[in-house]
Amino acid sequence: MTRALLDVRSISKVFGGGFLASPNRVVALDGVDLRIPENPATIVAVAGESGSGKTTLAKLILGFSKPTTGQILYKDQDVANLRGAQLLEYRRQVQAIFQDPYEVFNPFYKVDHAFDLVIKHFRLGANGANPQESIRTALQMTGLRSEDVLGRYAHQLSGGQRQRVMIARALMLRPQLILADEPVSMIDASLRAMILDILQRMRQEQSISFLYITHDLSTAYQISNRIYIMYRGWIVEQGETARVIENPQHPYLKLLIDSVPIPEPDHRWDTQISVTGTGGEEERDAACRFYSRCPVRTERCLAESPSLRPVAGEDHQVRCHLS
Amino acid sequence: MASTTLSPQAQPAETTRRLARVNWTLVLGTALLLGIIAFGTIGRLLVSREGMKLGANDFAAPPGAQIPLGTDPAGRSVLVMMIYGTLPTLTIGLIAGGIGTIVGASLGLVAGYYGGPIDTLVHSFADILLGVPSLLVLVVLASYLGDMSIATMSAIIAFFAWPWPARSVRSQTLSMRELAHVEMAKLSGCGDLEIIFRELMPNLLPYIATSFVRSVSGGIMASVGLQMLGLGSLTLITLALMLSSAFSSAALTRGLWWWWFPPTVVLTLLFVALFLITLSLDEATNPRLKAARAA
Amino acid sequence: MRAMINDDREAVLEVDNLQVRYPTASGDIVACKDVSLQVYRGETLGLVGESGCGKSTLAMAIMRLVTPPGRIVQGRVLLEGTDLLSLKEGALRQLRWQQIALIPQGAMSSLNPVMRIGEQIADGLRAHGVRQSKAQMRERIQDLLGTVGLRASVSDMYPHELSGGMKQRVCIAMAISLHPSIILADEPTSALDVVVQRLIVQTLMEIRERMSVSMLLIGHDMALQAQVVDRTAVMYAGMIVEIAPVQEIFSSPRHPYTRLLVESLPSVKRRKPLRVTEGFLLDLRDPPPGCAFQLRCDLVSDACRSLEPTLRHVGPDHHVACHL
Repeated sequence: MTRALLDVRSISKVFGGGFLASPNRVVALDGVDLRIPENPATIVAVAGESGSGKTTLAKLILGFSKPTTGQILYKDQDVANLRGAQLLEYRRQVQAIFQDPYEVFNPFYKVDHAFDLVIKHFRLGANGANPQESIRTALQMTGLRSEDVLGRYAHQLSGGQRQRVMIARALMLRPQLILADEPVSMIDASLRAMILDILQRMRQEQSISFLYITHDLSTAYQISNRIYIMYRGWIVEQGETARVIENPQHPYLKLLIDSVPIPEPDHRWDTQISVTGTGGEEERDAACRFYSRCPVRTERCLAESPSLRPVAGEDHQVRCHLS
Repeated sequence: MASTTLSPQAQPAETTRRLARVNWTLVLGTALLLGIIAFGTIGRLLVSREGMKLGANDFAAPPGAQIPLGTDPAGRSVLVMMIYGTLPTLTIGLIAGGIGTIVGASLGLVAGYYGGPIDTLVHSFADILLGVPSLLVLVVLASYLGDMSIATMSAIIAFFAWPWPARSVRSQTLSMRELAHVEMAKLSGCGDLEIIFRELMPNLLPYIATSFVRSVSGGIMASVGLQMLGLGSLTLITLALMLSSAFSSAALTRGLWWWWFPPTVVLTLLFVALFLITLSLDEATNPRLKAARAA
Repeated sequence: MRAMINDDREAVLEVDNLQVRYPTASGDIVACKDVSLQVYRGETLGLVGESGCGKSTLAMAIMRLVTPPGRIVQGRVLLEGTDLLSLKEGALRQLRWQQIALIPQGAMSSLNPVMRIGEQIADGLRAHGVRQSKAQMRERIQDLLGTVGLRASVSDMYPHELSGGMKQRVCIAMAISLHPSIILADEPTSALDVVVQRLIVQTLMEIRERMSVSMLLIGHDMALQAQVVDRTAVMYAGMIVEIAPVQEIFSSPRHPYTRLLVESLPSVKRRKPLRVTEGFLLDLRDPPPGCAFQLRCDLVSDACRSLEPTLRHVGPDHHVACHL
């Protein structure tokens, strides 16, 4: 087994609770394991809805908060312990693009500011390198020309252009891993493919791995190699993307796939789905986190927490008693 | 994301554009303020100090051809005193407001950004100061210190001027620190201070400007209050000092209206000017106010 | 164009040559340019388009709720034959909600946070002249909640106690409370999770069945349209560029923009290669002469750059605004 680029080991993140703090204890992540291999470059998707914990996971990986238990290792180094020059190096190797292509720009400055910060802190102008050239090259990789975007304010560019400028900023550092948090959910449907295509090309041409965080299974299916499905802080199913999506095992994933509208008018939703469970107290404390909404739950699910088990020996695991 | 609406983030940039369009409140307020400043500065170049000296003219003379605004019982020309007294009045406001805003905004930014114990310390202190009757404390302090320079008076007033900008800036910072562009700055290797002063503060300039004008106004008001009570700076002529002398010399009963009325007018105009400017800045930073006015 | 419609269908809502403009400091933005469409009795018409295309403005214009400085400069909106744009405010208010209801975008966030759900619905009913005893009102509201799949106890809850899906159902309940002939739903499921989205759509479909109400479903998700609507109108830069039964939109899209939308849709059922295109920011204050789509069209010709296309009949119930 190759060394992992990113190794998330049994991460738990709990908000609130504690001795003197508020009584609202929220378990955002509960024993999450995730692995991105160092090579080959991979696009790993983390798919989940609101409340699944995917945003919390992103913040932990980027070092914006610390896990309650567990470790996040980047090339065998614990991210939570990085300081100073080591932290800066981590930032050079692990970058991010976010969901809202407008909010990521400081409205007081022109978009060039995003590049300037990177050039300054990572000393991209040192050793005779020409930072303007680096900007131009990075923009070209995303299909933009410097003349079209530099010197302008964020509100003067389209959503697609802004997102690409952000990608270019990340690419300037030649990172090993880019965390993309819902990079296309605020982009118009007809332009999403363009952005996703850039991600795929960067993986192929620059050997950059991506952690693609999304709620949209369709795009995850389209571009990722491996996928982790999250529900309320758990990874409920994981594996090679095609295998997982084409042969879903977990009741939540099945429900999710059934609920995604298919763009084929001749194949309409014919079955009705319903909301199971009454949301009562005992259901919330059930051992399996999906108990309250699960259409096939049993007594065992109430009492015993399922663990990840392989499916038919392939690269596919599911966390359910009934698989 | 229709092309006609702007996200909240666009507001500071849009604010400057909004201000650039003709805003009559701002124009009127600024014109008035500039007029008063001109009165106090250009006036000095045109009129000599001589008229202010004791015994320079007839005692307690009403307005006439030679002395446009009459004289006080010591023979000093009221007009000349007003001209030379305007600038110190303004300076007090400027210094007190300036110190108050710089200190307050900085504390607000730091408290809002870091949160936790630093924030608790700063905002508790600010809240306490806001609750204390400032004039009372200033009166005690001023009595103890006796006669003081304009600078000293401004400094002690500034002590009570910083909490308001601090609170205003702090609450804005609290909501801004979670913004995506702040996270991006962190990912780009920016340190905390750089984020506070290069990423957050520029977007808060409209709020800081509003706080500044408010503080200047408040500072002048505090100084007027002190001087009316016979405290603070006792020798350098200011508009408030004129009023104070007038009242303590029973100008009202003696019918020396030309002594207290003109300075009152100028002071009133000054406050009106500052108020109009504050109003227009408030509208610019809070577009809902403008919409309410238009509707 | 009107001569082409199937004469044995009755139009509940008919929009004729509607134009909405927003004056700005640097010129007028034409949010809706010459929009014409019909919603027939019992059908669900979908309106798709991307951000800034004018679909929300159109919904507001139909209800005459365009916020100033925007204004309707020309056109008619016929609701069961009555031109809404020519009515006085009082008469219009009577019709609104009783015959035509709107579920605006972000409706669930605009529920009054300090009033119980039941009170809010009752308020709406009373504002439209419903005079019933407290007990009758309560029963009516509970029935209403049941229709949208909510428990009666929701009536006593506050908005913050409800989930996103439940709040949206409340908004739907409010919209159907006076049995309108047509409901305009503007992005009713955008902010919701996928599973909740499906549940809400199910609810809308049930209501459509049970109450025989027509619907104008506005959204940006083509896949959702495929699952739900009868006909689809595609909007781009303030204009309707194609309108056809939904099967045809997907099987034989005639306008290049529609084709682009259909082909760039990912699916959970099949892994398709990505269809990549360039996007250009269209300045609605200063659009190029001719077709608004020319900057992105791969089949653009000289005619497209000079003459603006209008909707033409190209097949049974199928209209396209394109020169090709």
